Amino acid sequence: MNNRPETLIPVIGVITDVRIDTPDVKTFRVVTPDGKKAFDHKPGQCAMLSIPGVGEAMFSITSSPTNTEFMEFSIKKCGCVTDWLHQAEVGQQLTIRGPYGRPFPVDDEFAGKDLLFIAGGIGLAPLRSVINYCRHYRDRYGEIDIVYGSRSSADLVDYQEIIEEWTKDTGVRVHLTIDNPEEGWDGHVGFVPSYVKELSFETNKTAIICGPPIMIKFTLDAMIEMGFAKEQVYTTMELRMKCGVGKCGRCNIGSKYVCKDGPVFRCDELSELPDEY
Amino acid sequence: MIRKCSLTKLNDFFAAIAGDKTLYIPASDGAGGAVYKKWDSNTQYLDVLNTVKSPKDFFFPHTEDLMEFKVKGKNIELLDIRQESEDFVVFGVRPCDVKSFDILDRVFLSEPVDSYYASRREHGIIISLACSKPSETCFCTTFDIDPTEPEGDISAWKTDDALYLRANTEKGEALMALVEHLTEECDDAPVVAQKQNVKKILDKLPLAGLKLDVFGKGKTEELFDDPAWDTLSEACLGCGTCTFVCPTCQCYDIKDFDTGNGVIRYRCWDSCMFSEFTKMAHGNPRLTQKERFRQRFMHKLVYYPDNNDGLFSCVGCGRCLAKCPVSMNIAKVMKKLGGEK
Repeated sequence: MNNRPETLIPVIGVITDVRIDTPDVKTFRVVTPDGKKAFDHKPGQCAMLSIPGVGEAMFSITSSPTNTEFMEFSIKKCGCVTDWLHQAEVGQQLTIRGPYGRPFPVDDEFAGKDLLFIAGGIGLAPLRSVINYCRHYRDRYGEIDIVYGSRSSADLVDYQEIIEEWTKDTGVRVHLTIDNPEEGWDGHVGFVPSYVKELSFETNKTAIICGPPIMIKFTLDAMIEMGFAKEQVYTTMELRMKCGVGKCGRCNIGSKYVCKDGPVFRCDELSELPDEY
Repeated sequence: MIRKCSLTKLNDFFAAIAGDKTLYIPASDGAGGAVYKKWDSNTQYLDVLNTVKSPKDFFFPHTEDLMEFKVKGKNIELLDIRQESEDFVVFGVRPCDVKSFDILDRVFLSEPVDSYYASRREHGIIISLACSKPSETCFCTTFDIDPTEPEGDISAWKTDDALYLRANTEKGEALMALVEHLTEECDDAPVVAQKQNVKKILDKLPLAGLKLDVFGKGKTEELFDDPAWDTLSEACLGCGTCTFVCPTCQCYDIKDFDTGNGVIRYRCWDSCMFSEFTKMAHGNPRLTQKERFRQRFMHKLVYYPDNNDGLFSCVGCGRCLAKCPVSMNIAKVMKKLGGEK
């Protein structure tokens, strides 16, 4: 028997709740079979979930580390593993391993700063963990602005939590936008990059962006134009991964491995990497 | 201290080792090449420069089962099927391939340690064999490897009539004790003579002019956008043969196989040269063969050195030169990018 520790060997998890967020996003609550949280994590870190026989894939942990009872994963239906998960019911077991990757520097660089979160579509999933961590330790941070856009109002992930909890916090402002006008929507209409410019934020904020690559690119361009420096902007990346610990080679960009050196990168760090993401 | 074993006793030498531990030696693959085979009394040692596939298989096998699952309804049972490796000996590993183990170690033995690799590595004993006839595809000296002075648990030199042996590690000493009755103390004059002879050949090899100063740590910006990648990659078929025979390529895939009686999660070699290597639900960051081709060589010549104190992830074994179906290889890439004296 080989008794060495082995990160590739997962533990068993069980789905205890499935929430339908949007037509193609569900949020899964996961604990171990004895009802405990599988492991502790930091905001922005990821976990490998798998269904034996179907496959294993990396997901950002959507719930905040301050939640000590369970983990949540907001997952968009877009491939083998996610298709399978979307038909899974409460009580379904899966495997889980982690946590993987470099988290957001919530206790260092973010401390005391005004924070500007910018998300597009499912890009809110990895940021929800950070947003709720910062809301939990509200007095450690300055003003919090959250800009969140999606294709339509039905595609806004965590809409209920945003309306019922986030908008009610003091010092937290939520700016929602959808791509096209809709009956019954009296909020903003338009793409995230232009909305960010329109909101003309103070440029002393620390920004955290996540969304489709094209949205990140144009939002970053808009922010640079507004006067933000790349050193103030953080993002989190997604590349195909197998091991999660910088050995299988799949998420290698330049000298970095997104699974262990990321997924969180500061934008000035990103611009030093070859443009292969 | 050097001991020698007469070649007339070579089979006894193998038998003495194989009587205690599993022994692998280069033997004919039946198709003109050499492959490491488990020794038994019928196994004939094949004295070739190198095996077709590298010996990385011993530590990082082409495929290996990682774990097993039993699925019943919504429930999953996880079985840890890992076995501790048993001691084994590999005879005849060339100096370039011995160096490749160091390159693999830095990946698999860095935290978190890969337990599958670690178990095999701890139990593997290497008898390395110095090169007496380097070929025109050899360029190990580019990477500071001395083909006449192999590393490994035991270093060996083979002349026309004897095998000269020197233990370098405790594992090597223990192995030498097993063959003590077949060996005798000797002076190293024949080894020195062989070394001098080989060094004369090395200077005349066609790839002796390769140099490394345009590669290495911090060279991403200079090399990544070099227009040469377009022409270099043009003929690449993306077949992955170079990766397959490479002693240092270590990318892998993890897949599940339903046996009908459970699910085996296994690992197998993969290649950054394959189109699906980086393919994701939302697209592929390396869309064309140019990007995939560039990744493989940039990784060996820049990215790996960046993360490993300047050590290159190529040992100049020449396998990819011999095997690429379109005659492309790392030596041509290096020359085109400015790495020639």
